[in-house]
Amino acid sequence: MLTDSDLQALGLTVRLAATTTTILFMLGTPLAWWLARSRAWWKQPIGAVVALPLVLPPSVIGFYLLITLGPNGPVGQFTQSIGLGTLPFTFWGLVVASVFYSLPFMVQPLQTAFEAVGDRPLEVAATLRASPLDTFFSVAVPLALPGFITAGILSFAHTVGEFGVVLMIGGNIPGVSRVASVQIYDHVEALEYADAHRLAAVMLIFSFLVLLAMYVWRPGARKGA
Amino acid sequence: MTPIEVRFKLDWPGFALDVDLSLPASGVTALFGHSGSGKTTLLRCIAGLERAGRGRLVFRGQTWQDEKTWLPTHRRPLGYVFQEASLFPHLSVLGNLNFGRKRTSTAGRIALDQAVELLGIGHLLERKPDSLSGGERQRVGIARALAVSPEILLMDEPLAALDLKRKREILPYLERLHDELDIPVIYVSHAPDEVARLADHIVAMEGGRVVAHGPIGETLARVDLPIRLGEDAGVVLDATISAIDPTWNLARVDFAGGSLWTRDRELPIGKKVRVRVLARDVSLALDDPGRSSIQNVHPAIIETIAPDDHPANHLVRVRLGDSRLLARLTRRSADQLGIAAGQPVYIQIKSVALME
Repeated sequence: MLTDSDLQALGLTVRLAATTTTILFMLGTPLAWWLARSRAWWKQPIGAVVALPLVLPPSVIGFYLLITLGPNGPVGQFTQSIGLGTLPFTFWGLVVASVFYSLPFMVQPLQTAFEAVGDRPLEVAATLRASPLDTFFSVAVPLALPGFITAGILSFAHTVGEFGVVLMIGGNIPGVSRVASVQIYDHVEALEYADAHRLAAVMLIFSFLVLLAMYVWRPGARKGA
Repeated sequence: MTPIEVRFKLDWPGFALDVDLSLPASGVTALFGHSGSGKTTLLRCIAGLERAGRGRLVFRGQTWQDEKTWLPTHRRPLGYVFQEASLFPHLSVLGNLNFGRKRTSTAGRIALDQAVELLGIGHLLERKPDSLSGGERQRVGIARALAVSPEILLMDEPLAALDLKRKREILPYLERLHDELDIPVIYVSHAPDEVARLADHIVAMEGGRVVAHGPIGETLARVDLPIRLGEDAGVVLDATISAIDPTWNLARVDFAGGSLWTRDRELPIGKKVRVRVLARDVSLALDDPGRSSIQNVHPAIIETIAPDDHPANHLVRVRLGDSRLLARLTRRSADQLGIAAGQPVYIQIKSVALME
C-alpha cells in the first residue's frame, strides 16, 4: 500500500507533531494563564502577537524564521556560537517553526478555558490553604481540562497540516523534514497520482477522526446540554 | 481574649472603605448594612482576598497585615463561606471537604467528622456538587470551611442566595454553630432577622464606614441607630423557658426584668432562647389596660423618645427591670398621652419571635 518513503514521512509527521505539542503545552500553558489572569496593559499586544500565525501566510512566518535562525540571523549566530550549528533544514528547526506556527491553537483554547474558571474557585482554594501554584494544579487545571484537550488536539492536528512553513524552513529532506504534506506535494509534482491519493486519504481520515474526537469530547456537545 | 484589630483604608473609583475597629475575639459579630455599604469588602480585606493599600490587621497577636507585612490568604488560619457555596465541581462532597483539611497541618479527622455531623451532611459525602440542592450545597460549603479547623470563621451572606425555604433549612445549623463553636465568627448580612437570630455583636456599616457597633442587645435598643431598620426596628432579649401551659399551648420565657407568654414551641424548660421584640409590636398605655386581648402587659419606665424613620412616628425606649424595649407609636398618640422621659407607663407586647 504505502511506500517506505510514505511511511517515513508519516512517522516524521507524527514525531514532529508530538514534539511540538509537548513543547507547546509547556510554553503555552503559562502564557495562556498569564493572558487570562493579567491586568497589564501590554497583555493585549502580546495576545495579538500570539494570534499572528492565524492570519499571516505560512510563507511569511517561514521566511522570517529562516532569516532569524539562519547563519546571519541573531538566533542563528547564537546557536552557532554554542556549537549547535544552524537550525534551518533540521528536524529541530522544524520544531521551532511549528511551535510558532501552532502557538495560537494552544494558547487560545487554554486562555478561554482559564477565563471561564473565573476568580471564585481560586479564592475558595486560597481560603482552604492552597498556595497559588497548588491552586493552579489542583483547581485551575482540572476545571480547564476540556480546554487542555481541545488545545492539544488542535495543536497536534494543525502541526500535521503544516506545509508552507515546512517548505521554507525545512526544505524537503527525507527523514529530516519531508513530512506527509510535503510528500504528497512531491507525488503530485512527479505525477504519481495513485501514491498521492493513498497518502491524501490517510491525511483526510486522520483529520476527520481528530475533529470528530474533539466534537465528541467538547463539554458543550454533551447530550441535552 | 484580645480583640481583633482591624484598620483598613481603601480607595476605589466610586467606593471608599475607611474602617478602624476592634472586633470581639469570641461570639458572632454581624457586619450589617445595606448593599454597597462595604461589609463584604471589609470581610474580603480581613480574609486577604482584597488588599487595602493601607491597613493593619492583628489577630490573636499575629499580624496579618501592616505596613511591612502581608500574609497571603492561604496562610491565614481562617475559614471562609462564600455567598454561593462555590463547591469545586470536579470533586465529590468528600473531596471538597478534604481539600482544605489535607492542606492543614493542625486539622485532624476530628474537625471533619464534627463538621459533617454539625451540618448533617453525612449522607451526601459521595455525591457530586451538581446533584445537591442549594441548601445542601451551602451546608457542604460551611462544613468545608470548618474542616480546616479555622481559628476564625468568616461568612459572606451565606443565606442570601437561597429562597425562604432553604434559609429555614439552614438557619438551625447556623444556630448550632453559634452555640457549639468556640471560635469567633464574622457574619456579613443585610437581613435584620438573621442578625437578630445569630449575632452577639453588631457592626453597622454605611458608605464604607462603621456607623455603630456594640453588643447586640444594646445596639438594637438604641433609638438613634444611624442605619434605617424600618419595620425591623426592635430589640433582642436573652431569655429562658421557665414554664409551659399545656392547656393553652403557651410557654413562658423569663428575661432580666420580666417574663412573657408566647406560643409553645415544645422547647424544654430551662432552655436558653433569644426573644426578638419588634418596636411595631409594642404599645404604651398610661393606665393598666386591664381586660385586653394582649396578655403581655408590664409596668415600665420611659427612657427616651426619639424621631423614627417616618415623620409620623416616634420610637420610644422603655426600661423593664434590666431590659430595654423599643415601642413605635405615632407622634400624635405620643402627644395626646403626654409621655415624657422618666414617666411610668404600661407596655403591651402583642407578639414576640422566639429563637433558639
